[in-house]
Amino acid sequence: MVGIISYGAYIPFYRLSRDEIARAWGGGAIRGEKAVANFDEDSLTMAVEAAISCLVGIDRQTIDALYFASTTSPYREKQVAATIAAATDLRREVLTGDFAGSLRGGTIGMRAALDAVEAGSAKKVLVTASDCRLGTPGSDFEQVFGDGAAAIAIGDSGVIATIEGSYSRFDEIVDLWRTESDDFVKSWEDRFVITEGYTYNLQQAISGIMQKHHLEPKDFAKVVFYAPDARRHLEMARKLGFDPKSQVQDGMFDRLGNTGAAFALMMLVAALEEAKPGDRILLASYGDGCDAYVLRVTEEIGQIKARRAIKAYLASKKMLPNYERFVRNRKLMEVEVGRRRPTMASSAVTLWRDRKMVYGLYGSRCNRCGRLFLPPQRVCLYCQAKDEYELVRLSEMKGKLYSFCKDELAASVDPPTILSIVNLEGGCRFYGPMTDRDPDQVEVDMPLELTFRKMHDGEGYHNYFWKCRPAR
Amino acid sequence: MRPEAIRDKVAIIGMGCTKFGENWDKSADDMIIEASFEALEDGGVELKDIEAGWVGTVTTGGTGSLLSGPLKLPYLPVTRVENGCGTAMEALRNASFAVACGLYDLVLVVGVEKLKDTGLGGLPEFMFHPVYGQGFTAPGRWALGATRYFQNYEIKPEEGKRLLAKIAVKNHHNGTLSPKAHFQREITLEQALAAPIVAWPLGLLDCCPVTDGAAAAVICPIDIAKRFRDDYVLVKGFGVAMGPGLGKEDIDYVYDRLPETQAAAKQAYEMAGIEEPRKEISLASLHDCFTIAELMEYEAVGFSPLGGAKQDIEAGTFTLEGELPVNTDGGLKSFGHPIGATGLRMCYEAYKQFQGKADRRQLKDPKISFCMAQYGHPGFLGPVVTILGRRD
Repeated sequence: MVGIISYGAYIPFYRLSRDEIARAWGGGAIRGEKAVANFDEDSLTMAVEAAISCLVGIDRQTIDALYFASTTSPYREKQVAATIAAATDLRREVLTGDFAGSLRGGTIGMRAALDAVEAGSAKKVLVTASDCRLGTPGSDFEQVFGDGAAAIAIGDSGVIATIEGSYSRFDEIVDLWRTESDDFVKSWEDRFVITEGYTYNLQQAISGIMQKHHLEPKDFAKVVFYAPDARRHLEMARKLGFDPKSQVQDGMFDRLGNTGAAFALMMLVAALEEAKPGDRILLASYGDGCDAYVLRVTEEIGQIKARRAIKAYLASKKMLPNYERFVRNRKLMEVEVGRRRPTMASSAVTLWRDRKMVYGLYGSRCNRCGRLFLPPQRVCLYCQAKDEYELVRLSEMKGKLYSFCKDELAASVDPPTILSIVNLEGGCRFYGPMTDRDPDQVEVDMPLELTFRKMHDGEGYHNYFWKCRPAR
Repeated sequence: MRPEAIRDKVAIIGMGCTKFGENWDKSADDMIIEASFEALEDGGVELKDIEAGWVGTVTTGGTGSLLSGPLKLPYLPVTRVENGCGTAMEALRNASFAVACGLYDLVLVVGVEKLKDTGLGGLPEFMFHPVYGQGFTAPGRWALGATRYFQNYEIKPEEGKRLLAKIAVKNHHNGTLSPKAHFQREITLEQALAAPIVAWPLGLLDCCPVTDGAAAAVICPIDIAKRFRDDYVLVKGFGVAMGPGLGKEDIDYVYDRLPETQAAAKQAYEMAGIEEPRKEISLASLHDCFTIAELMEYEAVGFSPLGGAKQDIEAGTFTLEGELPVNTDGGLKSFGHPIGATGLRMCYEAYKQFQGKADRRQLKDPKISFCMAQYGHPGFLGPVVTILGRRD
């Protein structure tokens, strides 16, 4: 029996009120707020968070493949799945793959994972989907799009939702696109895009899968489907004959926004967080065609370990003070960051040599005296034993703030830089910047956790490492 | 360690120091020439009699040719040394070893830094690692010490900032009495407290400026010093304690004191034969790159007991009129901090005080001076101490 064995999600800490966007550009605001990635987040870092959420209760050594789906990969050439696999500390013999370019990427990755497990080439596959799309400043898209990530693990034991059926179709239609030189999502005229693209394809897929498996709307406890926005979501529910109140999974349009390639899977995760054994769920995504699935929730759902996913991350938030802050964070304009030497140099060699520490956040534990250090120390600070240590992953450790400063001089998109010393529960220190924080709320002894972020773009590539943040 | 190998073996017979400041119109070479010739003339020494040179700089040059070039030293042994903010003292220390062992009679020691040609506010940052511990500033790293110091001694941040402001006011005042200081301006406590934040809790007036400058010394064995002058100054002892720099990694490293500085002071006291520093020392130059550094150093070098800096600051212990004047020339805060020159600038002040040539800031009957310049920040310090004495 193959199906979903675990789920996870991530929603960034910050929200932008759509009234603020309307304030900046004039015109009306759609309802609510959208989740926005911090300046040090991108699709890769959000996928790492979702993967970590999904890996709760799973031995990381047992994962055989990891996929990453996004339309906003931070690289045009360089695999993101490999970085996620390193940051989540998977085995080196894991198959990694990126599914790029399509809003349907998350469910395509899911299909590939199901096929791999069914065919026996993998026992457990982790599928991540993450997006961080930009609408042209002042456009409707800018208000609609939100940032977030989902992860699901596919396997053949401990299945919490089996796959009873699936259906896919493609469509060649120029509805939404970004060419290799576009930063912002473009689209053809709204009425054409909705009528002949989204509505037609989704209806075909959902009626197709129901016919194929002899099911009717009343057979489903929940229907989870992609929609470009709240209005289209509601219209589609009615067209398909589902009761918007009891059957349709909330699209979170007023709290999260449309998260692109991650959207359908994020809604699925939200549905699974509430699901009961026996529930039948219909899942459908859209983008250059459609994927639809019939899922059946099993008794195993009761055994799933607690983790932060949609519910917890939706509740943990802070409003950006204004639209300008969003402009800064997403680098929509060049903004003064102080006349400091462009220090953010890097070395691909150092990053490669220190990859266990940089990505997996490994420290060393002295075999002789048991002391723990980050980064790993060849000669123990306490007993001076040479090369007698084992590497220990510290990324899940929590800690307390030992000391801090609010550095206004450090070049940053989001000053002040809160340089922090964290005493980790395992008995070692973490030294680095604090992110997702309110400078006025920082105080000694506050509880902190670690999060994988983009540090800078030294040497023209993205340099990732861990930061601390107030416990969410 | 055998203290007698260095104590009272080496004499400083001439010193020089440029005006410290934003020396737009002076190159590093200009400043080296100016400081060196002032020292030579002060000691009555001819350039041609110099046998070897040590030159200290952090960013301004690479080799000993930094000194032999502008001075046209003819094929002499010249070594460039670098040890962070203690660089100039390291030049003096290594030159002193060469003189104490009897190899040379006359050695020129120079420290120089040309920072204002970079066009940057603050010091250049160095890449230790592409991502770990990267992207922070010197004031930020010192502010970690301030936060922890205040926390441990239950000092409210406003109260702590007031203590730091008193140090800034004192050092600015002393700067007004030093014609060669970068800043020559009194500040008030209110101004110091109201200054814009650089790295909370440190404000702008808690921070030393970015400064150009050079300082120089001519040294010789004690037995020939009298040939040059009667009021030469004696090298009493040195201390250097390069910490492993593991405050970031060592959960037991406490940020409310400076263990490296404690160790360097202890070495120097032992070498110089000082048992009760607060009583025996007449004046001190401490490394006030930030006011919190001076505060923590009072305790680290044994002038105040641990946690006792507050009481001493409030009592005015370290003012010009106080029991143990600290940074009589204005310190890094007012005199400025051209990194590779700072250590010799501190010695220059001691030298002038001993000779009674310290103008309006002249102390009465100073005998022993403690100078300490240190690289780094709490958790990662490299202090260098020089103890000098007046010839009795």
